[in-house]
Amino acid sequence: MKVSFFPGCSLEGTAREYGESIEAVCKSLDIELQELSDWSCCGASSAHSTNEFLSVALPARNLSIAERKGQDLVTPCAACFSRFKAAEKALTCESKVDVGIPFQGKINILHMLEFLCREEFSEDIEKKIKRPLKNLKAVSYYGCLLVRPPRVTDTEHWEDPQALDILISRLGGESVFWPYKTECCGGSLVLTRVDIIHRLNGRLLDMAREAEADCIVTACPLCQANLDTRQEEIGDKEGVSYDIPIFYFTELMGLAFGNKGVRKWLGRHLVDPRPLLESKGLI
Amino acid sequence: MELIGDKNFRDVVVDAVGEEIFTCYQCYKCSAGCPVSFAMDMLPHQVIRSVLFNQKERVLSSRTIWVCAACETCTTRCPNEIEIAKVMDVLRQIQQESGKQAKEPKVPIFHKAFLDSIKKTGRVHELTMIRNYTQKSGELREKLKTGEWKNDVKLGIKMFLRGKLKVMPPKCGGVKEVKKIFEQAKEHKKA
Ligand code: SF4
Ligand code: SF4
Repeated sequence: MKVSFFPGCSLEGTAREYGESIEAVCKSLDIELQELSDWSCCGASSAHSTNEFLSVALPARNLSIAERKGQDLVTPCAACFSRFKAAEKALTCESKVDVGIPFQGKINILHMLEFLCREEFSEDIEKKIKRPLKNLKAVSYYGCLLVRPPRVTDTEHWEDPQALDILISRLGGESVFWPYKTECCGGSLVLTRVDIIHRLNGRLLDMAREAEADCIVTACPLCQANLDTRQEEIGDKEGVSYDIPIFYFTELMGLAFGNKGVRKWLGRHLVDPRPLLESKGLI
Repeated sequence: MELIGDKNFRDVVVDAVGEEIFTCYQCYKCSAGCPVSFAMDMLPHQVIRSVLFNQKERVLSSRTIWVCAACETCTTRCPNEIEIAKVMDVLRQIQQESGKQAKEPKVPIFHKAFLDSIKKTGRVHELTMIRNYTQKSGELREKLKTGEWKNDVKLGIKMFLRGKLKVMPPKCGGVKEVKKIFEQAKEHKKA
């Protein structure tokens, strides 16, 4: 199976372990990810906060390349996904906008989570599991842009999405209920209003703890980075200490599949998940 | 009188976000679910009301439009399908085009640093973008004064040691096309 793959800017930097785990997991499932040739940035929140033309044209350039190739487009970043879906709607709706870049909406645009949770892979995933994630209690964190607004994302369950929860259970882990599945991590305020980032992420960490989860599972490089890199600062501010590992869902898949390189991916986290996994006998 | 305000302003917003905005019945649902309402000086439902009253200066000089995290909770939950998050976008666009100082000046400086990085290399190079932002926003100076730079350096070193900082800027074959998009965008201003 082949699809076009749009990695997005953070996969080469802060989200390197996300990229590495995606590559390994897809290889295990015989999925060939063909990186979109000459892809460019989707523009993220800065484009839609600055200029409407940019906010459609920057993603449109990539959508057009993917449509010419004729394969569905998969991206692991919730922000890229949301910008692509918004551009798709803007370019194909009744009152469509013209940015001088052809796109007719003939391909599907999918987030990596949605893609890997397709029915067609479920049997393969089950077959690949060598080491079920026994006793691992995880809360699923979807964040904002994977699901909202549903008119753009075409999501069916935006207040209580299930894909990650089902995946965690399928991998042998325990998906723990918590009410913050789709709360906001503050996204791009990360450099400008660190105080807001601290407050929003502190609430998420507190709730994960209250739910007695061992870890938080994400599907977005921005959410993962906000939750993983700020725990020490938030703890210092509030006089508590946080030590909650933040996984990418593909890392958990790779872990259950027994993929090589798992230790290396996990070694890139600021909050090292290896002691937790060792204590559960999972690595 | 504030009510009359700038005549064209409301129409510009309505053109961009659709006429549903007229159906707002001030139910508060958008404000009730907003995750950053604690940091706002006007709540989202008040912004919508102000736009309808054509109170251009009031909304454009608000803190709200910059601390809005674009999380789309308001848009998703509005019973009248009003695109509140998009209203915030349009207000940020108009404010940036005005060239005036924003209430949260660092946010538009961040957006500029981010977009400059795309314009230059087709993709965002995190290190260059952060360097430009900290210089231009005055954050570098502030942090040198308060000693907070030490925390940033500490975090930076941790990220570097974990292979999370890409030192070399990315190479993207599409950079010429991207530059063209930026050129065209100049002709598509709101106001
Ligand atoms: S949720 Fe919609 S109708 Fe209710 S106050 Fe907000 S914008 Fe108005
Ligand atoms: S999009 Fe902005 S205004 Fe709307 S709920 Fe999110 S942060 Fe609040």
